[in-house]
Amino acid sequence: MTSLYDEVQAAPAPGVVTRRVTIKVNGDDRTVDVEPRLLLAHLLRQGLKMTGTHSGCDSSNCGACVILFDGRPIKSCTMLAVQADGHSLETVEGLASASELHPIQEGFKEEHGLHCGFCTPGMMLAAKALLDKNNDPTEDEIRWALSGNLCRCTGYQNIVKSVLWAAKKMRAESN
Amino acid sequence: MALDEIKIGGLGASRRRVEDNRFIRGKGNYVDDIVLPGMLHMEILRSPVAHARIKSIDVSKAYEIPGVRLVLTGEMMAARNLAWMPTLSYDTQAVLATDKVRFQGQEVAAVIADDPYIAKDACEAIVVEYEQLPAIVNPMQAMAADSVVIRDDKENQPGNKVFDWEIGDKAATDKAFAEADVISKMELHYPRSHPSPMETCGSIADFDRATGKLTVYMTSQAPHIVRAAVAMVAELPEHMIRIVSPDLGGGFGNKVPIYPGYVVSILASILTERPVKWIEDKTGNLISTGFGRDVYLQGELALRKDGKMLGMRMKTISDHGAFYADAQPSKFKIGLMHSTFACYDIPAAHLESVGYYTNKAPGGVAYRCSFRVTEAMFFQERMVHAAANDLGMDQAEFRRMNLVKDDMFPYRTAFGFLTDSGQYGKCLDIGLKAIGYSTYKAEQAEARKRGKLLGIGISTMTEPLGAGNSREYDILGIKMFDSAELRVHMTGKAILRTGAMNQGQGHQTTWAQIVAHELGIPADDVTVEEGDTDTAPFGMGTYASRSTPVAGAAVAMVSRKIRAKARKIAAHLLEVSEEDIEWELGRFYVRSNKERGVTIQDCALAAYSNMPDGMEPGLENNAYYDPPNLTWPFAAYFVKVEVDAETGVWDVLKVVAVDDCGVRINPMVVEGQIMGGLTEAYAMASMQYQTYDSEGNCIGANYMDYLLPTAWETPGFELHEVVTPCPHHPIGAKGVGECATVAGPAAFVNAVVDAVGHTGVRNIDMPMMPNRVYEALTTGKDISGMPPVKMGD
Amino acid sequence: MYPSRFGYESPKTIEEAIALLDSYAGEAKILSGGQSLIPMIKLRFSAPEMLVDINGIAGLDYHRVDPDGSIHIGALCRHEELENCALMEKHAPTIAAAAPLVSDPIVRTRGTFVGSVCHADPQGDWAATMTAMGGHIVAQGPKGTREISMKDFVIGPFQNTLAFNEIAIEAVIPAPKGVRVGNYLKLERRVGDFATASVAVSLEMKGDTVISAGIALASVGGRTIDASAAGQALVGQKITPELIAKVAAAVAATAEPRTDHRGSSDYKRQIVKTFVARILNGLATTSQKAA
Repeated sequence: MTSLYDEVQAAPAPGVVTRRVTIKVNGDDRTVDVEPRLLLAHLLRQGLKMTGTHSGCDSSNCGACVILFDGRPIKSCTMLAVQADGHSLETVEGLASASELHPIQEGFKEEHGLHCGFCTPGMMLAAKALLDKNNDPTEDEIRWALSGNLCRCTGYQNIVKSVLWAAKKMRAESN
Repeated sequence: MALDEIKIGGLGASRRRVEDNRFIRGKGNYVDDIVLPGMLHMEILRSPVAHARIKSIDVSKAYEIPGVRLVLTGEMMAARNLAWMPTLSYDTQAVLATDKVRFQGQEVAAVIADDPYIAKDACEAIVVEYEQLPAIVNPMQAMAADSVVIRDDKENQPGNKVFDWEIGDKAATDKAFAEADVISKMELHYPRSHPSPMETCGSIADFDRATGKLTVYMTSQAPHIVRAAVAMVAELPEHMIRIVSPDLGGGFGNKVPIYPGYVVSILASILTERPVKWIEDKTGNLISTGFGRDVYLQGELALRKDGKMLGMRMKTISDHGAFYADAQPSKFKIGLMHSTFACYDIPAAHLESVGYYTNKAPGGVAYRCSFRVTEAMFFQERMVHAAANDLGMDQAEFRRMNLVKDDMFPYRTAFGFLTDSGQYGKCLDIGLKAIGYSTYKAEQAEARKRGKLLGIGISTMTEPLGAGNSREYDILGIKMFDSAELRVHMTGKAILRTGAMNQGQGHQTTWAQIVAHELGIPADDVTVEEGDTDTAPFGMGTYASRSTPVAGAAVAMVSRKIRAKARKIAAHLLEVSEEDIEWELGRFYVRSNKERGVTIQDCALAAYSNMPDGMEPGLENNAYYDPPNLTWPFAAYFVKVEVDAETGVWDVLKVVAVDDCGVRINPMVVEGQIMGGLTEAYAMASMQYQTYDSEGNCIGANYMDYLLPTAWETPGFELHEVVTPCPHHPIGAKGVGECATVAGPAAFVNAVVDAVGHTGVRNIDMPMMPNRVYEALTTGKDISGMPPVKMGD
Repeated sequence: MYPSRFGYESPKTIEEAIALLDSYAGEAKILSGGQSLIPMIKLRFSAPEMLVDINGIAGLDYHRVDPDGSIHIGALCRHEELENCALMEKHAPTIAAAAPLVSDPIVRTRGTFVGSVCHADPQGDWAATMTAMGGHIVAQGPKGTREISMKDFVIGPFQNTLAFNEIAIEAVIPAPKGVRVGNYLKLERRVGDFATASVAVSLEMKGDTVISAGIALASVGGRTIDASAAGQALVGQKITPELIAKVAAAVAATAEPRTDHRGSSDYKRQIVKTFVARILNGLATTSQKAA
C-alpha cells in the first residue's frame, strides 16, 4: 500500500490491514487502499490531493470539513474513509463546471461572503444542501442551516446575503 | 479624458475580491495544502499538567513504532542550544521543556514520522514522569509572598513579577482627584480570550543541504520578523533563510509570535535531511499559542458635579502566562493601554501597570487588539457607563459633553498622544437616532412593568492604529515602518509587492486599488504579492490594524514615485517641458492643449523603448514608509438587548455601528471587517473565553468548551459611515480592521448592565453567560470571572 | 485528531453484526451515526479493537407510527428525519420539539436517534425524551430480541445495559391512552454546545385533563433523570397555575446538577424549574384551546 502521506512509496508496517474502497467523488470513481482509521477528510486531502476540504478543529465542531455525502452535508472529519465505500461525494472542487461557477460560488464572491476562505468550502456545501431542498429560504432558515459551520472572519451577515443571492439566481435559472 | 475611478477599481470602489477566485474553487494554498517530496510529519507531545518538574522522559517505545524517524526532547534541543528561545518581549521561552513544565499544554517532546497518525501513536508511547507543583492561575496568587516561583530558570527573577511600568502625571492627577466632586470607580477582569483563527498554526521546514538554504512555509503574519529571529536563534545567515507565508486561514494576531513548533520543525528538517511538516491541532492552538487580554483593571474617574471629567487613574495587573511573549512595541510594557480615554477631553491621567507570570500559556497580546487597546477602550467605556450612572446623567449626554470637539484638533491627550481628526459628535448623533434612543427610556420603563428587561449600551472610542513612528515604536529594536515595491511592465500592467501579510483582509484586492487611484492603471492590471521574504521588501507584517496606515501609505508613495518618473517620460513624448504637463487619472496632458496627451501605458512602453536622454530605463521603484503619527479612527456602537429575568439569557435586539475610518479604499471590504469585529465583540461578551480550575487545567482548549457563536446566535448589524480623512496619510485613510473588536464588547456589556442595573449591579465580567446575568439580577452584586472557576459543589 | 488502529467490518445483516460482536467478546463497538463515537476515537478517549459498521444493513432506517399509535424508530433513523416531521408533530410533540435542538444541523444528517440513546450521555436529548415518553429499546442478540425500558437501559454516564453481543435495533414509544402533548426546552449557549439544563415533558390528555405525565431531565446529573414521579400531581387534574408552580418546584428538587463553568447547581435547578413551568404553561394554554 502507498502511504498516503509520503511521496516516497512505503510499504505498510507488518500487521497493518487495509481495505480497498471505491468512492465516487464529484462524479468520478476513485479506488484506494486505506486503513480503517483513516478519516475521510484525510483521504480527500492527502490521498486524492483535493485540498479544498479543510481541517479546522479536532472535536467535530467547526464544519470546515463539510462535504456532501449522497447529497447530504456531513463532517468529513467525523467519518471514516472506509464508510464511504460505494457512496457518492461532492466536494468544493466539484461545484464549478468546466466553464462556469456554481451560483453559490458566484454569490459568495458577489456579496463578500468570505475573507480568509478557510471555512468557505464547507460553508458553500452546507448552503448547497439547503438550496437543493429549499430554493427560497428565509434569512432565519439560512442561519439555521449554517449553524453547524463556524466562521471567524465575516460575522455571517454577508454569508447570508451570498446564499440569498445564489438562491435568487438558481430560481431564475430553473424558470 | 480622465478615467472613471470607480470603473477602474480605484478608491471607493467595492471591487470584488481577486483572492476569492481561488478560495471559492477550493484552490487556496494554505500551509497544510503544501506537499514537498519526501516530507515527514511532526506531532508535539504536550504536558497534561500545569506545573511540574520533569523527572524522566523515556522515548524508547516511540522508536519501536515503524515509520518513526526521530524523537526530539528538551535535552536534545539543549545540546544544540535550542531548548530556549528569545521572545518578542526580551524574555525567553522554552522550546521543549527541560527542567519543568510551566503550563498545561507546554511542548515536551516531538515525534517526526512518515505520517501524522504514526507520529501521534508514537507520542502516546512516550513516557514522562512528572512531579506536580502547585499551579498559579491568576496574578493575585502569583504576587503572594509564599507563592511558588514559576521562572526559577531565570537569574535575578523577583518572585513572579514580570514588570512594573507607569506613565502619566501622577501629581496633576492626584490634584484633580483632590478637587473632584464625584469619584467614580470601576474594577473588572477582561478575561483570557484566544484569537482562534479557523486555521491553526503550522510550518513546513525544508533545509536543503546542497545549497545550505532553509525554506520555511509557515503561518506567519510577519514573515520578515521571523526571518530575522531565525537568523539570530538558529545562527543561519539571513540571506540563506526564506520564509514563505502562503494563504493564511485567519490570524487575528495569533500568527505573529514565533512558536516552539516552528523551531523544532526547523531542527528536525536539518537532522532528518527531509522537509518536516508540523500542523497544530485545534487543542494545541488553543492551549499553547498567543492569547489576548487576561488583565485586571482598576480605575477611577474624577468628576465635576456637572459631569466634566477632571482626571483618570488606572492600574492594570496583567497575566502573561509562563513566558512574557507579547508581540508589542518594546518601549511600552503594557502596549498602548495609555491610549485609554483618548476621545475625551481630560486634562490629567496616570497609569500604573504590573505584569505577572502564571502557569498558563504565554503571551497576552495577540487578538485583534492593537496592543492592549481592546482592554484600554473596554475599560474606558465601562468606567464611563458607571460614571454617568453615578452622576445621574444620561449616557449619551455625559459622553457628548466630554468628547473632544471637532475644533479642538490636533489634540494632545493627557498621556501624550496626538489625535488629529474626527467628528465624534456627528457619529454619536447618527447612532442615537438609528438605535431609537429618544424613546428608549420610556420603552424600557414600560417593558419593565411587563417583566421584560430592556437595556441599551453605548461605546465610543478613538484608537491609535498604524504602529508606528520610528521615534517611539520598535519590536526587538526593529523600527515599525513598512514597504512597497512596484514594477510597471512595458504593456502598462504592474506587479506590486509589500511587506505586509494579510490573513483575509483582502490586500490582493485593495492595494491594487491604491495603485489605480494614484496611477490610473486599472486595478485588474495590478498583481499583488505578499509573504515571501525572498521577494517582498522588508516589512513588519499585518496586525494591530497597521497595514492600511503604513503599508498602504507605502503603496501610495511608491506609486507617486512612479508617476513622477512617468511625468518626465510624458514630457519627452509630448515634446514639452515638464512644467507644461498636467495629470488627470490615467493620463498626462499639455496644459495649453488638453487633447494632446499620453496615457500612463504609453509612458510605460516608452520606459523600455523610448527613454529621454540620460534617463535610466524601466519604470519601477520602492518606498519605505515611516509613519509620522498613528491614525485615529473613531467608532460609536449602540446595542439594544432584552434580558430574560428567569434564566439570565439575553437576546440582542439591535446593533448599530457608526465608524469613521477616514477614506475607505474598498467600502465592501471595510464593512466586512467591521461586521467580523462586531461578531468577535459579541462572542467575547456572551460566551467566548478561557478559564482555569484550581489545578491549572485549561477550560476552553477545544471547540466544545471554547465557544464561538454560529450564524444562528450572531445578530445582524446596521452599519453607518462618517468620513473624516486622516490629515497625514497619503490617501487620508485610517486603520479599521480591529475597531469593532476594540469598541464592541463594551456596548454589549453596557447594554446588559443597563438592563439589570436597577438592582444595583455595576459590573458583570465577560463573558456574560446566562448564569452570571442571573446571579447579578438576583443578588444585585457585581459578578467577577476571575479564575479559578469552581468545579463541583 | 488521529485515531489509534482498529479493525473494521461492515456486515450486511443484523445476524452477521451480532456474530461479530460475539466473536470480539466486548472489544468491538457498533458504528452507526458515528457522531459521538468517532470524536471519542479521534481524541483517543475510546480505543476499540474492532468497529462493526451497521450502516450497510437494510431495513433499519425507518420511523413510523403504527395503527395502535405506538411509535417505532429504527436503528438507522437519522436525527434530521424527525425534524420538521409531520408524523412526530402530531404523535410525538416532545420528539418534534427536541429534534431541532440535537447537536447541529450537519451532525443531524448522520447521527441516529437510537445510537444517541445507546451512547447514554447524561446530556443526551433523546434519552431524556424517551424517558419522559415511557419508551423502551428493542435489543437483538444471539438468542433473539428483548425489550429494555429506559429505567433499565441507562444505568450511569455512558453506560447502557446492552450485552456485549447485543445491538439496539429499535426504539419504541408505546401507544398513548390519550392525546399526546409535550415540549422540550434546552439551555445551550450556542448551537451544538453541551446543555446547561434540558427538560422533556410528555403528557397524555383527555380533553383538558391530564391522564399521564412523564418528565425527564438531561445535563443536571450523572445520568438522565426520570422526574415523572414529581409530575404525578398533574394526573387526573387540569393544568392550573398552582399545580404548575408545585410541579416545577418538585421537578427541580429531583435534579442533581454539579457546579461548573456553566453555572452553580442552584442556577441549574432554577433553569429546570423555569423550563418546567414554561412548558406546562404552554401546554395548559393549548389544552384549554383544544377542550
